[in-house]
Amino acid sequence: MNPVLKLLIDGGSLTTGQMAQVAGIAESEVQQHLEQLKKDRIFLGWRPVLDLSHEAAAAAAVRAVIEVKITPERGGGFNRLAERISRFDEVESCYLMSGGYDLLVFVKGTSLQKVAGFVSEKLSTIEGVLSTSTHFMLRCYKDQGFLLDHGEAPSARLNVAP
Amino acid sequence: MSDDPKRWVAGHVATLPKSGIRDFFELVAKMKGQDVISLGVGEPDFVTPWHIREAAIFALERGKTYYTSNLGLIELRRAIETYVAEHFGVSYRPEDEIIVTVGVSEALDLAFRAFCNPGDKVLYHQPCYVSYHPSIALVHGQGIAVPTFAKDNFALTAEALRAAWQPGAKILMLNLPCNPTGGTCSREQLEKIAAFCREKDLLVLSDEIYSELTFEGVHTSIASLPGMAERTIFLHGFSKAFAMTGWRIGYACGPAALIDAMMKVHQYSMMCASIIAQEAALEALTRGWDGVLKMREQYHRRRDLVVRRFNEIGLKCHSPRGSFYAFPDVTASGLTEKQFAVGLLEKEKVAVVPGTAFGENGTGHVRACFATSYEQLIEACDRIERFVEAQPC
Repeated sequence: MNPVLKLLIDGGSLTTGQMAQVAGIAESEVQQHLEQLKKDRIFLGWRPVLDLSHEAAAAAAVRAVIEVKITPERGGGFNRLAERISRFDEVESCYLMSGGYDLLVFVKGTSLQKVAGFVSEKLSTIEGVLSTSTHFMLRCYKDQGFLLDHGEAPSARLNVAP
Repeated sequence: MSDDPKRWVAGHVATLPKSGIRDFFELVAKMKGQDVISLGVGEPDFVTPWHIREAAIFALERGKTYYTSNLGLIELRRAIETYVAEHFGVSYRPEDEIIVTVGVSEALDLAFRAFCNPGDKVLYHQPCYVSYHPSIALVHGQGIAVPTFAKDNFALTAEALRAAWQPGAKILMLNLPCNPTGGTCSREQLEKIAAFCREKDLLVLSDEIYSELTFEGVHTSIASLPGMAERTIFLHGFSKAFAMTGWRIGYACGPAALIDAMMKVHQYSMMCASIIAQEAALEALTRGWDGVLKMREQYHRRRDLVVRRFNEIGLKCHSPRGSFYAFPDVTASGLTEKQFAVGLLEKEKVAVVPGTAFGENGTGHVRACFATSYEQLIEACDRIERFVEAQPC
């Protein structure tokens, strides 16, 4: 397996310089691997994980998940509509789901009105969208593997032990 | 009459030297508040996986607050039976061949107290974990250190064992992979050691606490070799592989008559291991293996990083096949291991432990634990490099 991909998957938040040290290769080689992974559309980009309860980070703090029922199309199934919905800037993630609805859409916006406007004016008016059910997120406890509140207590590990 | 309170301290305890680690701990403690990176620890940096902690909380909620059987919860002993058979290839009966203890430390103490008469000789390889020699001294046994060498990657060799053996030797203490060297033995080396033990009728106490953290090849337990299960006490626990040091939970497996002898000492001293820790251990054995593999992979990469950096810096370092310790030779710096450790701490604020804290055969080496984050390891290596470059020679 590509050593850089392995570190991306489970190496934590390493800089490219640190990745180079851990993998035992030159930093330029790490960059090359990253470029190749981007070309192959395996590695799509970096995103920060922010605690949006902090004022400073709360630029687009209103988030919602929307359950969307859509009509599948002959030949393309759900793909064309799902891709169309995914292209909106407001949509952070979009998944095809099994179960009671078809798409699960994660949406962000700067205000409740903006998100509500997106749902009522854009999303639900797309031809083929049968219904939407919007759930606003109230509080985040864990995001992409990071505990938001206190996480672990500061390490009480002794500095020297047998 | 003297009024010195020390007059009440037993002679063999009064003469017992304090752990060399203790001195160094005091030194590091004085630097509190400064930006010290510690490679001086002897435990994982991972917190116990949540599912294990949660199982302990659940046990408390269900009111599991009582003593358990002296041997430990039967469910846990059954899980240990399955785990040991699967991972080490030895079968023990949960009813009378397994005892759950307060860490391997207690199991070891029980073994020495149960099997060592005053004056009995105990062979142990050295450098080694700090408590082996004192534990032998506490039961009035006589410890015989068998040296291991950097040229053998600190594996114990049958030749060194034969050279150190003395008439009257009764027990061989093994710790493979080894704290502090990370050394371990191949199956062929173990077979020779096993043959020697059968020849000299030695009882083997095998502390295999780091066995899951074996990075290359497969760990072989001496207990799994032909004719060895009947003369081996297999000692193991949860501290390292499952990141459960503070839970203090371990176990010993062996022939029923020997486990029964250990149980006698245990029932009159400890009575039983904490039920909360036992419940957590049961969860660890039942559902914890994926977590072990993940942690092992991290240790493996960290090992490769620090060993490569040490060698680049000019501190010759063998690649430890197991454990989370590197044991580089620091003599190229022109310093003794103590000068190196103290100088590095004072000048660059990195704590490592002088090899002589683990016996005189650790001369010229320091122990550096790589159970810490990549960021910290890289920074520590940079500082060590700066420190070595600043030495006059």
